[in-house]
Amino acid sequence: MSIWEYANPKKFIATTTPLVPWVMGLAIACLVVGLVWGFFFTPDDFRQGSTVKIIYLHVPSALMAINAWFMMLITSLIWLVRRHHVSALAARAAAPIGIVMTLIALITGAIWGQPMWGTWWAWDPRLTSFLILFLFYLGYIALWEAIEDPDTAADLTSVLCIVGSVFAVLSRYAVNFWNQGLHQGTSVPVATGERTVSDVFFVPLVICMVGFGVLFLGLVLIRTQTEIRARRMKALEARMRS
Amino acid sequence: MIALLRRDLALAVRAGGGFGLGLAFFLIVVVLVPFGVGPEAELLTRIAPGILWVAALLAALLSLDRIFALDFEDGSLPLLATSPLPLEGVALVKGIAHWVTTGLPLTLAAPVLGFLLNLAPSAYLWLLLSLALGTPALSMIGTFGAALTVGLRRGGLLMSLLVLPLYIPTLIFGAEAVRRGADGLDPSTSLLMLAGITLGSFALLPFAASLALRVNLR
Amino acid sequence: MELKVSDLSVARGGVPVLSGVSFDVAEGQALVLRGANGIGKTTLLRTLAGLQPALSGNVDFPEDTGAYASHTDGIKTQLTVTENLAFWADVHGADLPDRVFKTFDLEDLRTRLAGTLSAGQKRRVGLARLGVIGRKVLFLDEPTVSLDAFSVKMFASWLRDEHLAQGGIAVIATHIDLGLDLPELELAPFRAAADAGGGSDEAFL
Repeated sequence: MSIWEYANPKKFIATTTPLVPWVMGLAIACLVVGLVWGFFFTPDDFRQGSTVKIIYLHVPSALMAINAWFMMLITSLIWLVRRHHVSALAARAAAPIGIVMTLIALITGAIWGQPMWGTWWAWDPRLTSFLILFLFYLGYIALWEAIEDPDTAADLTSVLCIVGSVFAVLSRYAVNFWNQGLHQGTSVPVATGERTVSDVFFVPLVICMVGFGVLFLGLVLIRTQTEIRARRMKALEARMRS
Repeated sequence: MIALLRRDLALAVRAGGGFGLGLAFFLIVVVLVPFGVGPEAELLTRIAPGILWVAALLAALLSLDRIFALDFEDGSLPLLATSPLPLEGVALVKGIAHWVTTGLPLTLAAPVLGFLLNLAPSAYLWLLLSLALGTPALSMIGTFGAALTVGLRRGGLLMSLLVLPLYIPTLIFGAEAVRRGADGLDPSTSLLMLAGITLGSFALLPFAASLALRVNLR
Repeated sequence: MELKVSDLSVARGGVPVLSGVSFDVAEGQALVLRGANGIGKTTLLRTLAGLQPALSGNVDFPEDTGAYASHTDGIKTQLTVTENLAFWADVHGADLPDRVFKTFDLEDLRTRLAGTLSAGQKRRVGLARLGVIGRKVLFLDEPTVSLDAFSVKMFASWLRDEHLAQGGIAVIATHIDLGLDLPELELAPFRAAADAGGGSDEAFL
């Protein structure tokens, strides 16, 4: 049995429908545990006070904002190579979630930055990169909305996603070069394995990140199902007209 | 491919709008800025590199939707697609033609407009050089954007939304090179990056553009 | 040389419109496609010319010999008639033969800007393009739209005396009679069934 069997729209819906409540349940459980723990059962930071607690929203949403684009890149490639409709529709489904995650990261960042840096917004490389990511999401979603034929839209948005990814990475480095910035280093450096956040904050943070990840998965599943059904309606309508 | 380049250049010259409009737009934006920020010479000197680059970028953007839209409307595009020319080559030539009719005149005109903004004397050479290296990338990226939106009725606005984020790295390195030049620093890193973006765009984007064109012609 | 179409299915907007189309056109022959509006003549021609992919089946003719022409001519209004034709000849690596101007009655229009031509005159330039690109297999979609009776006859005689006589092939969708007594293919029997498979969105049904 191959994994590509699940690329059949009907099989996808049949398989994922019973999964969705579990996935969403897990997401809610993780978020409740992580956020409550983080907000009420961790000490205030000695420098940042209680404002540090917004980290439990800020870091996971920023993480998912990037990962959502990454997922769109992979599903776009799968669509271009293997022509599985579910893949293209999953990319379409992920984009609005990704843009909301980007917005959450930007807004929580602004709320956090105000007391810390004394400003809502600074043209710091990290902040700027997220603003650019937001623009890329906007363009991607707009292109999906503008094209009527679903296969044409899937093809063109996939190409845009791939080219956009290259330029997004390029922008990230360009922005770094352009301004050195205020933002602290990464909270969870994966590559080095060190930690810049102490244990008391770290465990609830990881739970929140898992929660956001699972929430993203659940939302993508639901939205992909919706897109599949909308596409099915379109296919049926096209048959009725001819 | 030479024939296509010659035809596109001839069309740009005869239609009038090709060379003139972009340049006029460039001039107007640059003239408007001092009205917005005030006539202080020092302030203008400081922001001149950025303003010149942003204005050049917008002027280049202005004529992008004509790259394929005209050929699409009069039916040339499917005929070119079934001709012996590879569609990648068509996209490449279109990008080059757009640069010759837009990027090149903008580059040549920019130093003149630099006077209006009181650009630092040491920056003129770098302004010319950075635009010469960077505007081809703007044309090629724009050609890709035009190819994506060629079949759409209200493609122009959408194309700006798609293309402008892709312009960010070019803009950053371009304006940075001029700014460093104005401050008497070494702008070579930015210029090398600009050249890299341009070469990379010309090497890879024709393929993406031709893929988009094929999809749009389907 | 031969154009061989076997068991071809074509789709418009992802939905199959024609299926099981098979025909052969030998060297020096032409085929006229007939059928009501919307049956898929344009779709079929575009598929034959390679502008859109077929759902299934084969289209076989020597590579780089096909040319497509629809009701839009690809004529640039700011170029003269000669420049327009010279461009298309150049793109196809052919020379611009002087006799096309005579054949398509363009002698007096050579230096006129295409934008100043009437619709019918422009159409003649568009058809003259077929005479200069040197392609053997032509896929023509309504080539005679907006031509007067005289011009239709002129086009028909070019098709017979020059193109087909030199071993060319043509597949033509047209509603009018060219007066050439060409074999016809009625497309109605090939209309795809409402539940025909193979559409790009088939997986959703």
